[in-house]
Amino acid sequence: MTPVHAPALSETSATLSLLFVVLIPCAAAGLALINAGLGRFRNASHSMLSALCVIAVAAAVYFAIGAAWQGSVGQPAFAVHVAGQDWNWIGAGRFFLRGLELGGWSSLATLFGLMSVGIAAIIPLGGGADRWRLGASCASTVLLAGWTYPLFAHWAWGGGWLAQQGFIDSGGAGVIQVVGGLTALSITWILGPRRGKFNPDGMPSALPGHNAVYVLLGCFLAWLGWLGLDGAGAILFTGAEASRVVLIAVNTTLAAGLGALAVAAITRARFGKTDASLCANGWVAGLVAVSAGCAVVRPAAAVIIGLVAGALVVYSVEWLELHLAVDDPGGSVSVHAVAGLWGLLAAGLLAAVAPGDAPGVLLAQLAGIATLLGCILPLTYGLNWLLNRVMPQRVAVEGERQGLDLYELGAGAYPDFMTHNEDFWQR
Amino acid sequence: MKLTGFLLLAGGWIIVLAAIALLPSGPSQVTFVLVALGVEALGLTLVFRAHLIPSRDRR
Repeated sequence: MTPVHAPALSETSATLSLLFVVLIPCAAAGLALINAGLGRFRNASHSMLSALCVIAVAAAVYFAIGAAWQGSVGQPAFAVHVAGQDWNWIGAGRFFLRGLELGGWSSLATLFGLMSVGIAAIIPLGGGADRWRLGASCASTVLLAGWTYPLFAHWAWGGGWLAQQGFIDSGGAGVIQVVGGLTALSITWILGPRRGKFNPDGMPSALPGHNAVYVLLGCFLAWLGWLGLDGAGAILFTGAEASRVVLIAVNTTLAAGLGALAVAAITRARFGKTDASLCANGWVAGLVAVSAGCAVVRPAAAVIIGLVAGALVVYSVEWLELHLAVDDPGGSVSVHAVAGLWGLLAAGLLAAVAPGDAPGVLLAQLAGIATLLGCILPLTYGLNWLLNRVMPQRVAVEGERQGLDLYELGAGAYPDFMTHNEDFWQR
Repeated sequence: MKLTGFLLLAGGWIIVLAAIALLPSGPSQVTFVLVALGVEALGLTLVFRAHLIPSRDRR
């Protein structure tokens, strides 16, 4: 295995990466708006508050233990010696960020981690929308920020065994998006579908989101945030020069745009009308997919990545709902897990590397995908399943009928609106 | 069925680790990794099917 070294940051690169890192909260705001808009109006306030709370919990837990487990390149780590190779498997840093060296690469990577763990924590809220208790989502975030996220982040970004293989994940398609998306899948399985979602014959009913404007505004904010995620991640974790920042921004924008266009074309051709919420999902799917290889693919490759991500979202949303009975109101599984896995594969297939290095890069990407599916999914499902045994995660029937805003917060987001109860009539 | 599915998922990952650790770089390593992904696909199918029945019962 190849030892991993921290990139030497020039003053320009360090300044740029700091500027990019402070854009990341825009991605969180965008995802929170998308989740709120795709949920029902009686849960809107709860959805936004849940996003704030899970970011707060994620930051606190990451500060306490997550950053120590994640570690960073060149810092102490636990390694096992197998078959003549050192397998660096988890960080051995100090808890509560003690020993953090200010001013260097390590402190910027820690700040990036603190921001991005919040993004990963917001993603499952889309899967559990309209039925996930606030306390339970915070407890689940403790598991995500304290164990699941730091483990894979160490392997990919902290000099762990995947990084030693040459795994490429510049902006966190795997570390942030797929980890969050697989947690969303686990949550949808554990919570089960919303009441009234499936008819007695097993066919899904349409429960449209309550505010398409929030969803589309969220896309604009997510675009800005992703420029930060991809730019900072590429500089910090793939050693991209400051001169590549323009390429990263071009790739990010192209993939997002082509993802949305692909969805618009497919929905227009199939249903006769363009679906606004699916187009928004296509936009974010393009952002997610290009995150992996944003610093190493050419713009033409970013176009392909965005187009495929958009097409995947349309068919994945339909397949999950119609054939697999997964009720994912925010589309988190399709947008973050499926598109993220495609992005990791695409980085291996389309990265502009020397021909001799291409098979090694593809192998590392396949190993990363296998790790996410074979290790992270069982781990996050198991942890959340155990949590559900001691602290039921789904809200009571009365809470779902009344709406989480009134039931858990005591006040609705839109007090002038009337409540319609036809969602709960027997069909 | 759910437990079997998760065991297959984990088993596929272990095959990947074994291939990286024990096999020399080359076609055999890639073949093992692809086979492992096939095992994981089978596991994922089982896990999805295991969740299909309860979720439709809970409507």
